[in-house]
Amino acid sequence: MADGVGIVETKRAVVFEGDRPLVLASGATLPEVEVAYETYGELNADRSNAVFICHALSGDAHAAGLHEGDDPNRPGWWDNIVGPGRPLDTDRFFVICANVLGGCRGTTGPSSIDPATGKPYGLRFPLVQVRDLVEVHRALLAKLGVERLLAAVGGSLGGMQALQWAIDHPTEIDGAAIIAASARLSAQNIAFSAVAREAIMRDPDFAGGDYYDKERRPDAGLALARMIGHITYLSEESMREKFGRRIQDAEVPRFGFDVDFQVESYLHYQGQSFVERFDANTYLYMGRVMDYFDPFEDRAQVQRQISRGDTHFLVLSFDSDWRFSTEHARVMASELRGAGAPVTFQEISSPHGHDSFLFADPPEYHLTVARFLDRLARQRGIG
Amino acid sequence: MRPDLDVVADLVGSGHRVLDLGCGDGALLENLIEQRGCTGLGVERELDDFHACIARGVPVTQGDLEEELPRFEAGDFDVAVLSLTLQAVSRPDRVLTEMKRVASRLVVSLPNFAHWRLRATLALRGRMPVTDALPYQWYDTPNIHLCTIRDFEALVGELGLRIQRRVLIDATGRRVEGLARWAPNLLAERAVYSLGT
Repeated sequence: MADGVGIVETKRAVVFEGDRPLVLASGATLPEVEVAYETYGELNADRSNAVFICHALSGDAHAAGLHEGDDPNRPGWWDNIVGPGRPLDTDRFFVICANVLGGCRGTTGPSSIDPATGKPYGLRFPLVQVRDLVEVHRALLAKLGVERLLAAVGGSLGGMQALQWAIDHPTEIDGAAIIAASARLSAQNIAFSAVAREAIMRDPDFAGGDYYDKERRPDAGLALARMIGHITYLSEESMREKFGRRIQDAEVPRFGFDVDFQVESYLHYQGQSFVERFDANTYLYMGRVMDYFDPFEDRAQVQRQISRGDTHFLVLSFDSDWRFSTEHARVMASELRGAGAPVTFQEISSPHGHDSFLFADPPEYHLTVARFLDRLARQRGIG
Repeated sequence: MRPDLDVVADLVGSGHRVLDLGCGDGALLENLIEQRGCTGLGVERELDDFHACIARGVPVTQGDLEEELPRFEAGDFDVAVLSLTLQAVSRPDRVLTEMKRVASRLVVSLPNFAHWRLRATLALRGRMPVTDALPYQWYDTPNIHLCTIRDFEALVGELGLRIQRRVLIDATGRRVEGLARWAPNLLAERAVYSLGT
């Protein structure tokens, strides 16, 4: 990835503290919020070229490039779209990615120390909403001297943030690219979310969320939740192509209850590697952030908000995504249009299921994002 | 902008919510949005044209217009536009009916298959005509439902649509005056209609 953004580092900023606590949409407050973030490219003189990447459930601030000493083959999670000449072109744009509120990758979340008790919050961390995630992003931008965004871009939960951002602050954002997302989870989505949550909370090591000072954490539950999630991220076709019914490390089945098929081994690997970098409580909170997300609940209000600004929307879906199918995207596009917003919509044919937003193929996907950002940039006179 | 799109834009008018079916590179919608205070949405199947719309800042849905039309709600738009595309859809009657459902006014342009030059080619040479207005061979043409001005006006009547205005144009898109007005089915290469519901 020598042609990407190169070596980067995750920085931290305290964005709420002291006499300026974070007041959440629910009315609850957090006395202190620290944010982990990365930036790529340079902010231009008139500060008009900022593009914010909103990450998905399991993402973090490290969207692109390599940390010192990293395996060059394992750059940030969205490296293929960020860098010189890539759709989020760091020769033109100042790209920012921050770990979300409630996260576990450097930004204040349930694993952070509650200043009131000196212990990790655990489940005493307040329930947060997509709206709160956006407010923390905005507070970070204020620290960075960015008053308006050229665009917010995100897939899945990231797309939800871009959407909420554009609805809540229509005059601060020229464009929102909402990819493989939903404005309202279906009963099936919520059902999967519920099973993942149960897997964590029923783990005997969960300890009501206060496992941080214990010897054992709810790793089994979290790994199981991730395995369930991962099934919904892939398509039947991509699983068939990747694994088929092949047997792991053998020619013939072993006939037993241990891992035998390749797909089982893959899911186990996904589950195990996830627990090494992710916090079970954050998984619970982010699941709920998505379950309760319903930005079009008050249509009249959305209409008033949209009419205050001139945000252009790009809504993308992937035909093999059955977690947030094209139907979700169509509903979102239709709601936005109904509120008077200019919306461009494309369903892209891709075999990778929900995870398609992380892939660079098929080429029309990145091409569409690039065209959308380029148009916004030219409107702002960004060369 | 192509001259025939100028005629279409005139018939659409100003300040409307416009749906442009088969919007191509978005030139018409860009003009309607930028010059005439309209809001708009295009539907375009071809990827290059879809991307051209994005580059112009024209909101667009990529897809087949016959599949996309039923997804819109009744009355979503003031004007639905179908420019030189009716002859390429699989069911022109259904497309017009759907357009009538989603918009209160239709602007439709079409090539006239009864133009004398086409008639002459067919009558004298016995070959399917290839002209500036219809430049394809019979085997590679996207135009699968060609009709005449008379055919179209008959269908319009059957569907309960009212012809509000009709502008006759030549293959380059310029308005034709004089004789063509007296025998449009014989002398006009194309026609653009504003249809009321």
